[in-house]
Amino acid sequence: MEEPAVSDNQETLDRIREVVTTHPVVLFMKGSPTFPQCGFSAQAVQVLEGYGIEFKAVDVLSDPLVRQGVKEYSNWPTVPQLYVGGEFVGGSDILVEMHQSGELAPLLQKAGVGQPEADR
Amino acid sequence: MPSVTEIERRLRDLPADHVEVQDLTGGGDHFKAVVVSRAFEGKTRIQQHQLVYGVLGEAMKGAIHALSLRTFTPEQWETTTG
Repeated sequence: MEEPAVSDNQETLDRIREVVTTHPVVLFMKGSPTFPQCGFSAQAVQVLEGYGIEFKAVDVLSDPLVRQGVKEYSNWPTVPQLYVGGEFVGGSDILVEMHQSGELAPLLQKAGVGQPEADR
Repeated sequence: MPSVTEIERRLRDLPADHVEVQDLTGGGDHFKAVVVSRAFEGKTRIQQHQLVYGVLGEAMKGAIHALSLRTFTPEQWETTTG
């Protein structure tokens, strides 16, 4: 795989910022919610889908610039990455912990996605 | 891929009061680590995990992608283990 050019970097970071600030809940993951390509991503999807909320899923496998960029954007070395209300919340471990402790529900509600959605 | 022992050794450097590392598949592609450290006090989960990534270092980049992490302050650990 080619290394992204330095000049692409800022544009990618801007694109990431745009996505996370225009969607209340964004999950950068490997694969898609219907076909996750890694166990950690699958776990993150499972937790979010359990809340029946609408979320934006970005498949980093289909965009090497975003795959690298999202790690720089959040200063976090791995994917999946969850953003709520424009803020990085964590990876799948953190997501699961917050779900189990009951912290995730109010966070999602505050972002305005507390309402259950019909199947995507 | 790093061994459980190597990972444990680095995690202890946090410094950690308690470290448990398991290789869940036996194949070095999915590790589970529980880390208890005073260094986590006052930090968000993100910051705690980043501390862990920091001590694992460049040599462990592969392991980071295979790591399921649970971090606890000594107080939280007391509550969890009773």
